[in-house]
Amino acid sequence: MIGEYLENLVNLVDAYYLQIFVNIGIAIILALGLNLVTGVTGQLSLGHAAFMSIGAFTGGILTIKLGMPFSVNLISSGLMAAFFGVLIGFPILRLSGDYLAIATLGFAEILKVILLNLDITNRALGLSVPLPNTPIPLPIYVWLTVLLVIAAMILIQNSRFGRALRAIREDEIAAETMGINTTLYKIQAFAIGAFTAGLGGCLYAHFIAYINPSDFGFSKSVDILNMVVLGGLGSIPGSVLGASLLTAAPEFLRFMERYRMLVYGALLVFLMIFRPNGLLGGVSVRQLVCKALGIKPRPRQSLSTDSNMEGRRVK
Amino acid sequence: MPLLTMERVSVRFGGLVAVNQLDLEVRQGEILALIGPNGAGKSTVFNLITGIYRPTEGTIRFREEMINDKQPHDIAMRGISRTFQTIHLFNELSVFENVLIGAHTQGKSGLFGALGGFLPAKRREERSLASLARECLELVQLDSKTEELAKNLSYGEQRRLEIARALAVKPSLLLLDEPAAGMNPQEKKELMELIRQIQASGISILMVEHDMKFVMGLSDRIVVLDYGAKIAEGLPEEVRFNPAVIEAYLGKGVSGQC
Repeated sequence: MIGEYLENLVNLVDAYYLQIFVNIGIAIILALGLNLVTGVTGQLSLGHAAFMSIGAFTGGILTIKLGMPFSVNLISSGLMAAFFGVLIGFPILRLSGDYLAIATLGFAEILKVILLNLDITNRALGLSVPLPNTPIPLPIYVWLTVLLVIAAMILIQNSRFGRALRAIREDEIAAETMGINTTLYKIQAFAIGAFTAGLGGCLYAHFIAYINPSDFGFSKSVDILNMVVLGGLGSIPGSVLGASLLTAAPEFLRFMERYRMLVYGALLVFLMIFRPNGLLGGVSVRQLVCKALGIKPRPRQSLSTDSNMEGRRVK
Repeated sequence: MPLLTMERVSVRFGGLVAVNQLDLEVRQGEILALIGPNGAGKSTVFNLITGIYRPTEGTIRFREEMINDKQPHDIAMRGISRTFQTIHLFNELSVFENVLIGAHTQGKSGLFGALGGFLPAKRREERSLASLARECLELVQLDSKTEELAKNLSYGEQRRLEIARALAVKPSLLLLDEPAAGMNPQEKKELMELIRQIQASGISILMVEHDMKFVMGLSDRIVVLDYGAKIAEGLPEEVRFNPAVIEAYLGKGVSGQC
């Protein structure tokens, strides 16, 4: 009954706007995952789309071959991506900075070539993914996942675990001498990032209904990185805003026709010049909201400092 | 029973012998100063004890346990913490969070604990870590600056913050690498007082320091290094007039006149 109601609700929205809306949701999931790895832990990854492709193909193949409930598919896609995250995290997370970025880039390219040559992924032809069997419409499914991921990220950033990740970003040697097992924490952060990318990939595969390994190349990884940097590294509201803006902007700039991407690029350059720490870098959204409502913000000494008070450049 | 023992420890970097056959002992409850000219290997000794370097030869024991091949984070968990000669704070984080990260060893919850952060047990853990952090900040008199970013503190405050962060580890051995460097006389006096307080709370201290007045006024014992080897050891007054020490600091031929 609720499903039917929601179905009607979704049908009210124009299909074009619905698609933008869902794409924004998927982008938010991907950006939040990368934000944890790059923004919070400070490990620059240029291969985030690779984990997305693992999730997309895992989810797609499970739907086609096994027809399992969509929730099971979704979790399996995330776990599969996380598994690969741990697998490649072990060797490459010993690297730092540029070297790590190159290694993640290499991993993503290798994976793309492998997926282009496997029978199970239908090689270069790509997979057509049928509509999944969900009790509620897929767009709402996507946004429920978005809310869950946001909640998880807030909990992670305001915990002992999240503090350890920030310590690693700030000074790895000092973090290590404070008793933080930096390798283990980096791999865990990487695994969570991969897990959320897997979720995003699975949702993407079922929403777009067709996936091809070439969809998840370097430019896709850079798109996601853009969202995180534009929003403000380490800031959860920043990633949400960055993902929303960068997904919506190319659509709203359509009236400029062939100058569209030119303007889009120029906007990015200007934003980075005038807000080098990202739109919400160094801004506490909590304090802004309190100010707007006229409430005095409660000092948050008992817990860690506000996770929104973040945002810095990639080292 | 000594707290920390180094036996015939050497470390080589290529052809360079940075520490040579060093025997060192830190006793329970004492302040031991490690002095010597620049490049004598003092900071290397700290890096050996905290697991950042591995000794090429010899053994390092902490509470009877060999810690030669332990990772730095393992060593911190066992109760050794340190400050750095060049300040290593978490610059973009608040003063309070810096010390909370120091209290990492006193908590347990990891990734899944984080996802259950709303559970009473997890909130309790957070509260106990926070109160430990506040205690440490009060001790170094930074409790009025908890929300400032570490990078915005003055130099002397940053040094004190490093000590607070190291104390939040709840160490039984605290290593201070040139704690008085760059401080004015008043700050040095306060720092001496602080270090005595830390000692009184039952923490043993090993420090590297160049300021002789500071070292002589504070240490229970002194070990002198030169070219990575121990050249003297003893009470402050013994070391002060040791000819080998004077020679190491001032060069040959001067020792007779001192």
